[in-house]
Amino acid sequence: MQEKNKKINRRDFLKRTAGAVGLVALASTPFAVFNRVKGAPDNPLATEGKPDNNASAKSKVRAWGMVIDLRKCDGCVTIGISPACTQTCINGHFAPKGQEWIQVYKAELPGGGSSFMPVPCFQCENAPCVNVCPVAATYHNEDGVVLVDHKRCIGCRFCMSACPYHRRFFNWGTVELPPEAAFAEYSPLYPVPAIKGTVIKCMFCAHFLHDGKLPFCVAGCPMKAIYMCDFNEDVASNGVEVVILSRFLRENNAYRYKEDLGTQPRVWYIPGHGEQFGRHANDTRELKPVNVPWGGATPDQRLGLWPWDKPDTWTWEANPK
Amino acid sequence: MRAAAESYTRRLERVSLAPLWNTSTRYRLFVFFLLAIVAWGVYAYVVQLRYGLAMTGMNDQVNWGFYIFNFVFWIGVSHVGALISAILRLTNAGWRTPLTRLGELITISALLIGAAMIIVDMGRPDRLLNLLFYGRFQSPLIWDVIGVATYLTGSLIYLYLPTIPDFAMIRDRLRRTTSTIKLKLYTFLAVGWRGTPEQKARLDKGVKIMSVMIIPIAVSVHTVVAFVFAMTLRPGWDSTVLAPNFVIGALFSGMSALMVVMGAFRKFCHLEEYITPKHFKNISYLAIVLLFAYFYFVFVEYSTVMFKFRLEEKELFTLLLVGQSAPWFWLFFTCAFVLPSVLLLWQREPTIPRLVIAGILVNIGMWVKRFVIVVPSMEVPLMPTDFHFATYMPSWVEISIVAAGLAGFILLLTLSAKIMPVMPFVEMVEEAEEKHAEGKEEKHVQEQHPVRRRQGV
Ligand code: SF4
Ligand code: SF4
Repeated sequence: MQEKNKKINRRDFLKRTAGAVGLVALASTPFAVFNRVKGAPDNPLATEGKPDNNASAKSKVRAWGMVIDLRKCDGCVTIGISPACTQTCINGHFAPKGQEWIQVYKAELPGGGSSFMPVPCFQCENAPCVNVCPVAATYHNEDGVVLVDHKRCIGCRFCMSACPYHRRFFNWGTVELPPEAAFAEYSPLYPVPAIKGTVIKCMFCAHFLHDGKLPFCVAGCPMKAIYMCDFNEDVASNGVEVVILSRFLRENNAYRYKEDLGTQPRVWYIPGHGEQFGRHANDTRELKPVNVPWGGATPDQRLGLWPWDKPDTWTWEANPK
Repeated sequence: MRAAAESYTRRLERVSLAPLWNTSTRYRLFVFFLLAIVAWGVYAYVVQLRYGLAMTGMNDQVNWGFYIFNFVFWIGVSHVGALISAILRLTNAGWRTPLTRLGELITISALLIGAAMIIVDMGRPDRLLNLLFYGRFQSPLIWDVIGVATYLTGSLIYLYLPTIPDFAMIRDRLRRTTSTIKLKLYTFLAVGWRGTPEQKARLDKGVKIMSVMIIPIAVSVHTVVAFVFAMTLRPGWDSTVLAPNFVIGALFSGMSALMVVMGAFRKFCHLEEYITPKHFKNISYLAIVLLFAYFYFVFVEYSTVMFKFRLEEKELFTLLLVGQSAPWFWLFFTCAFVLPSVLLLWQREPTIPRLVIAGILVNIGMWVKRFVIVVPSMEVPLMPTDFHFATYMPSWVEISIVAAGLAGFILLLTLSAKIMPVMPFVEMVEEAEEKHAEGKEEKHVQEQHPVRRRQGV
């Protein structure tokens, strides 16, 4: 039993997630099995009809989630770079300037001081954004990830008004893209290039997950503060360690942001302020702004108040902080 | 006695049908002026289509702005038709006859402009039909689409039915002229109306049915418009009282819009004899009731929130009462409540300018109120960010399009005066004859309001 939290290496985790039969790390196997037998799986499709170890990982229904350990997140201020999760995400998705799909907020702590809080889309199970979309352009896929079909979205921005976490962004215009973006193949799972007049957001890098790869932000975090998890399998990994999800949450007082709204986010937080990397709560170092190497701006992004005003006579922030 | 009634009818005919036959230069210039504003708005929209909504002042946090609150405003204005024609027709308020058509015209024009606003707001107007192909009934936006479409159809029918006798009358008069296209058009519109008792009975039935049906439709329309906001988790929107609040506010602003439009048509179409201070007074009584009802609803909404002061709501109200939106909030309060209540209650001559000014003020106030509902709620940050508020400033594109909306509204009203009499002519003539038959004296009306001899609009 003590081996529950035994660390295994990332390679093994990936293999396991990929369902490479028989290569599952010995320590965690019994518990995963035990869990499956004991607790009824959230999604009956997960085990229905076929024994688990024969199911191919790609066809297995998952319940993806995230655990963000704020004890480890120092906002990247101790190493003096812009938040690496946001930066990797932007680089990986050629996200338009001003859009931080995973955004690091500075939050006040009860006893004074501050902590940093990376916020991806929470992939709410009772998602207000999904509930209001008039054309079902935003929807849950079978793994519980909230996706946007940019070929169907009519750009009403109702979902943005409905999201209580500011997790949605609008492609206000056509954006500058780096040349390599031309090779990207659009799918709701990998919305590149961004389509003008539609809503876009974090989608947990769902295109990676079934291949056993970790999302950009998880892989990019130098502190390994972000864990990707599967609620069906009850495991979580940040790329260097694998933990039993339920126990990890239970023993570390995990919480969900604005739980009282009833949106049932799939992202859990473990309270902290970067203490594991020596950041004191009263540390006054601020977040460094992210940069978009290729520009990423919308051409003529903002006209002035009047037709004859020069662009940028008043500042525009896509995502005011 | 007989002569008096005759001349009343003839005068009514000349005055109310004048715009149909004659077009003055003033009218042409006015239409040209409105068309110029609309054209400028169309240019702005082309710019927006070309570069996307980046041309607006909206951003990822304040993602709804000018377009949406003008949509709400116009839907609000559109409520007057339902109230005036349906409720007053049902309660048999005799004095409303000259106003019914104006009310319906306002309704339809405002609905068209409101619908245009929502399309302008869409990021992908080219995918408008997705609403039909993929529409899902769970979404309040689909309720809006259904509601507005139903209300528009219903109002068109309700405008059309009582106008059939008028169209027939125009058709009969056109027989004497040579304009065949016009004749064909009006023959088509008049659907073979001959004024037989059977036709009259049927029409009467149809109008009665419509006047009952239009009321629940109108109420439901503004309810679902409110639901677009009330179904979200934003401060200020997440409220059960929002829908009734919207409905009462809509009636209030529609009533005031009617006072302004009445004043304008009275002046420019020389309807002094038919739209009298008495009409204004009666409308103003309705407006007073609605003012206090609306004040009550606003009071209920704000006081229940302000007592509890949940964190985000507290931020919102600080923003509204003393923060960056305070000028707008207090402008609303002054224009919609304080000044109109003085103007409406302080019954002083001259009645008409006083009430028209009150109407204009209320409309400004209600327009600002829509802004106060939509924008500040979105400026409140929902994430932990040391509470820095977002800001929103409309760009020239938004301002132009919204101005074009207003111009388009006036244009629709102005043009419809060319297509049909702005007062239900035949109905009024019949009423006058009835009154005459009952031996009622019409003379005093003439004495108070000598008819002007000027023709044309
Ligand atoms: S965080 Fe916002 S965008 Fe993401 S699922 Fe929840 S409501 Fe939708
Ligand atoms: S903006 Fe697009 S995804 Fe969002 S509610 Fe409208 S149609 Fe749906």
